[in-house]
Amino acid sequence: MASSSTPKYNSNSLESSSIKRVKMLYCFTDKDVIYMCPFNGPVKGRVYITNYRLYLRSVETDPVVVLNVPLGVISRIEKMGGASSRGENSYGLDITCKDMRNLRFALKQEGHSRRDIFEVLTKHAFPQSHNLPFFAFANEEKFSENGWMVYNPMCEYRRQGLPNERWRVTFINEHYGLCDTYPSLLVVPYNATDDDLKKVAAFRSRNRIPVLSWIHPENQAVIMRCSQPLVGMSGKRNKDDERYLDIIREANGQISKLTIYDARPNVNAVANKATGGGYESEDAYPNAELFFLDIHNIHVMRESLKKLKDIVYPNVEESHWLSSLESTHWLEHIKLVLTGAIQVADKVSSGRSSVLVHCSDGWDRTAQLTSLAMLMLDSYYRTIEGFEVLVQKEWISFGHKFASRIGHGDKNHADADRSPIFLQYIDCVWQMSKQFPTAFEFNEQFLITILDHLYSCRFGTFLYNSESVREKEKVTEKTLSLWSLINSEKSKFTNPFYTKELNRALYPVASMRHLELWVNYYIRWNPRIRQQQPNPVEQRYMELLALRDDYMRRLEELQITNNSKIPNSSASSASPSQMMSHVQTHF
Amino acid sequence: GRGDGAIGLSVCFCTGELLLCEANTVYKYIQEDGSNRGTYGKLICTNFKISFLDEDSASDDNEPQFKNKIIGENDITLQCVDQIYGVYDEKKKLLTGQLRKYPEKLIIYCKDLRVFHFCLRYTKEEEVKRIVSGIVHHSQTPKLLKRLFLFSYASAAPNNTGGRNQTVMFDTLEDWRDELERTKGNVKYKAVVTNEGYRVSEKLPLYFVVPICVSEESILKFQGRGIPIWCWSCHNGAALLKMSAFPKEQDDNTSQMQKAFLDGIYRTISNPPYELLKTEDLSSSLPSLQDIQTAYTRFKQLFLIDNSTDFWATDVKWFSLLESTNWLEIIRRFLKKAIEVAECLERQNSNVLLIEESATDLCCVISSLVQVMMDSYSRTKSGFQSLIQKEWVTGGHSFLDRCNHLHKNDKEEAPLFLLLLDCVWQLVQQYPPAFEFTETYLTVLSDSLYVPIFSTFFFNSQHQKDTNTTGESLKTQSGPFKFLTVWDWSVQFEPKAQALLSNPLYAEKLKPDKSQRKTTRFKHQRQLSLPLTQTKSSPKRGFFREETDHLIKNILGKRIGKFIINSSDEPHNSFKEFYDSWHSKPVDYHGLLLPSIDGPEIKVWAQRYLRWIPEAQLPGGGTIATAAKILDLMEEVQSLQVKMDEEHSQAISRDVQAVPMLRNSARLSSLFPFALLQRQSIKPALPTSTWKDLEDEDDLVKRDDEFVDLSGDMS
Repeated sequence: MASSSTPKYNSNSLESSSIKRVKMLYCFTDKDVIYMCPFNGPVKGRVYITNYRLYLRSVETDPVVVLNVPLGVISRIEKMGGASSRGENSYGLDITCKDMRNLRFALKQEGHSRRDIFEVLTKHAFPQSHNLPFFAFANEEKFSENGWMVYNPMCEYRRQGLPNERWRVTFINEHYGLCDTYPSLLVVPYNATDDDLKKVAAFRSRNRIPVLSWIHPENQAVIMRCSQPLVGMSGKRNKDDERYLDIIREANGQISKLTIYDARPNVNAVANKATGGGYESEDAYPNAELFFLDIHNIHVMRESLKKLKDIVYPNVEESHWLSSLESTHWLEHIKLVLTGAIQVADKVSSGRSSVLVHCSDGWDRTAQLTSLAMLMLDSYYRTIEGFEVLVQKEWISFGHKFASRIGHGDKNHADADRSPIFLQYIDCVWQMSKQFPTAFEFNEQFLITILDHLYSCRFGTFLYNSESVREKEKVTEKTLSLWSLINSEKSKFTNPFYTKELNRALYPVASMRHLELWVNYYIRWNPRIRQQQPNPVEQRYMELLALRDDYMRRLEELQITNNSKIPNSSASSASPSQMMSHVQTHF
Repeated sequence: GRGDGAIGLSVCFCTGELLLCEANTVYKYIQEDGSNRGTYGKLICTNFKISFLDEDSASDDNEPQFKNKIIGENDITLQCVDQIYGVYDEKKKLLTGQLRKYPEKLIIYCKDLRVFHFCLRYTKEEEVKRIVSGIVHHSQTPKLLKRLFLFSYASAAPNNTGGRNQTVMFDTLEDWRDELERTKGNVKYKAVVTNEGYRVSEKLPLYFVVPICVSEESILKFQGRGIPIWCWSCHNGAALLKMSAFPKEQDDNTSQMQKAFLDGIYRTISNPPYELLKTEDLSSSLPSLQDIQTAYTRFKQLFLIDNSTDFWATDVKWFSLLESTNWLEIIRRFLKKAIEVAECLERQNSNVLLIEESATDLCCVISSLVQVMMDSYSRTKSGFQSLIQKEWVTGGHSFLDRCNHLHKNDKEEAPLFLLLLDCVWQLVQQYPPAFEFTETYLTVLSDSLYVPIFSTFFFNSQHQKDTNTTGESLKTQSGPFKFLTVWDWSVQFEPKAQALLSNPLYAEKLKPDKSQRKTTRFKHQRQLSLPLTQTKSSPKRGFFREETDHLIKNILGKRIGKFIINSSDEPHNSFKEFYDSWHSKPVDYHGLLLPSIDGPEIKVWAQRYLRWIPEAQLPGGGTIATAAKILDLMEEVQSLQVKMDEEHSQAISRDVQAVPMLRNSARLSSLFPFALLQRQSIKPALPTSTWKDLEDEDDLVKRDDEFVDLSGDMS
């Protein structure tokens, strides 16, 4: 934490840590370590580096400044200044983090004082580049819940009413032979044989064939996901793929066309033909209707977030905040992703048409769209456990390349594969929860915790690119799940205003008038941006809940005593209004 | 039978209201979304309002939950009309005065941001002529003060005495003395009667407060100019003062005299027992009235939306459009100035003298904001209303000119009062438990600016009101008039609707009661705990009783220093330090309250500005969703209390009065209580125009996610 006030939910201070097998690697006790806090100015402190985190505690300051940074968050470590650099505090380390902050430490110039700290940090922040295991494999925390049990694909499909007479479960990918980035268990049309699937796989990028993500409980329309067809420059066709899409269309008995949402902008889809990809042409798929959703690629998103960081860290752009925010395009991208998901959800729900969603490979934009549409259509996913299932299913099991996109433990900070796709998705979820504050069982802290551990490498949940690799690395056996942490302390992540509503489609308004920058996440390191924790509205509600429960208990007691007493005896006791506070209402 | 008389359509006329013209078979579009859905009805214009009488809804029981008793859904008071456009062959033309051609469609933009589209194609030509010129004439052309509906209403209405509410009107000497006492300002300031009969100035109220040492003679010397007039005293004794400056004088002699006079005044009030004095020339450090008017004119345009296409077309560039209006930046600058003033008062213990030519515009905004931030009494409903009376109504803000109610001079128009409300809204949304009132209260208050049955916002000064109330030229039978005050909310709203003006989150200040001491050990508990008693709060609640010691110390420890520190020399750091240090501590909702003014913290007052736009509605969402849950729970707790009392006395159980207004909160619109769910379907609102070019990122846009040639994969 860069601020002097330690946020409430950050309980993992070094002293009281519950994380086991944290090894002290380095302790820099020289008083000349100076943390160049961008908000409070230079702070003298003591630095500790463990195999899990960098920890700094200020000395001679009141209040104490504490920094607590999991090494997994570090994206880049640079030396600043040389042995001969002039100027105060010009020699030291500059650390870029994945969570929207930079850290700068100044050290004494004499005696290569930064060499050790630089080496220790580099080695343990980037274990993959040094043939070391992730911290998750050393972590021996104990939780009352086992998060690995949260998601069982069979149970989830059964919850959706699958398999049924039109959809079957196939084990064709049990050993990842059909598609190494898909999960082992897939749901496909009953009328398509495993042989058909193999033929379709040959025509879909990286064999990511259309499979079922979600089925509408009433109209039986489905959301399917896949990758782009391998059309290429010559406009190749594949009879099996064409027939397969027709089988999907027919599966819910619809007469209308199958709707295909290509998440990309039209031009990009066309450009993809040059590298062998493309999209479903009208000629080849006369029974399908194709729409482009104009969502940009991972590089555009990465640049957008970079620009956002520039205007919020360390200082919030002052004079032209709104136009600066607009020029990052971050919220515009959010708007497009949400708009796309609304279209998908609306088509399935009111259009009663099955939809097929893809982008290029079907693991970035496609995951965003299907999981957001599912969140809009299925209230189960708006519960804590349901959301965990959703992330586990649409993102983790279907091969969103977390390792490549986040660059876990990898020193190559400039890797073009890195992109904040999952962050963007969580931001979309936050926007929805902001617009509908009673519709989600989880609170903002839940989303922030997920993002913190997306980077921390304390849990195995987000490690690696696909289920097949995770199986090879024995992630579920050797590491803990993030959901263990969350489900063991559910109350901390629960939204008190949550009102359970079944089967209600929840459409956010994807208008800039309602989209907001998620200040509590992107600008949380800035102590000038006020975070009223706990939220006063929430606090008031909790107080009322406690009061109600107290009253109910007392009332019950009173009723019992009154029933057992003879009349008149109660005259001596004080009226409850004298004993306890009355709620003032304004009616 | 139907439609041949206003009565037949159950028109609801106010007392004193007269029908001026009408037109039949007018088609009102529900919403210009291309679907041309709408209803036929009669359009009428009276001396009070323009009204559309829906032929179909005569028997409609579907009453909106939150209803204004005076202004219906299809009513537009003449003062609420902003601009009228006629549509001729698909072209929009502004209608102002004499018309030569009559339009086939009429678009009325209202000051409360409603937009009405009326189609006149099916109306008789004669009626079109009469209604269009009537509406334009009565709402857009200059009129005499006495022609305001206010007077017709007051002369026709039966004795509108109404219950005296808790708002202090500041029209008596007593009110000022009480205020001095409440703020412990009476040690150094006195209420004066010098202006009785308006001997000093017609702009000044009958009674006001000045430093004890200022003589009657000096007050009279320049018609009250150059005299520091007291607004409020801080708990440490420092006072907020205002002064109307001397106009730029050509004559050297006069300006010498004025300078000498001012020097004398400054010297007097810088000597003990007064503290240091800081002067704040607001006209040089804040945006001008013209800037404010220009900004708001642009800003409101963003919300006067004709149709869905417009909505989405402006959505793409929304943030830069907002910024280009400069309205939010103006709000930020006023909030910042108010923090600066608060810093002087609170931390530097210095008196602050706000200077402006008339001391009735920028001064009103800043002095009110400072009090809202520093005096928790101003954050109660009656406290806020008293503040508006003190600083604005009797304070002499020219509501008539600034709202341009009489269409006399467009150049005088400037939405200063709305600016204050927007600034206060920023505080309300940042610190919900600190205010007794809700944003809905602020919204309906802003609407009340255009309801000419209350005198509150329809005079330029107390003098103007007084002279027009008694009616000096009593040629007619009318007068003295009994005007209503806007603070009598029962005139506009039923109790059920009034409940929405009170904030269920408000953490009422606890009385320092000895028996409570033990339970208030924890600071956060004290700040947020539930109100303990259903006390009827006194309008002039004791203020910082415990602070009196402090005050005495300050008076004894007299400091004599340079008597004027010009604020422009003031180091910026002192502000930043004050601001940062306040923000690093937990909030005391009854103490000093400073707004966050960083870019992301200044927001658009969505309820006021977006409330009529169907695309912006979130069915079942918005802050109302949580507020409704709190109200429901409070109701439950209340009924439990009643039950417990009954168990205790073993009385026969009565029915608990419930407030069913917010039941089924899941389906309320986020714009509740204003928007009716016009969009019947649950179809999501889909942007129609979405993307614009990312010019600067062209190379990235064209790249593929990963550079893998897929053509090689195929064997």
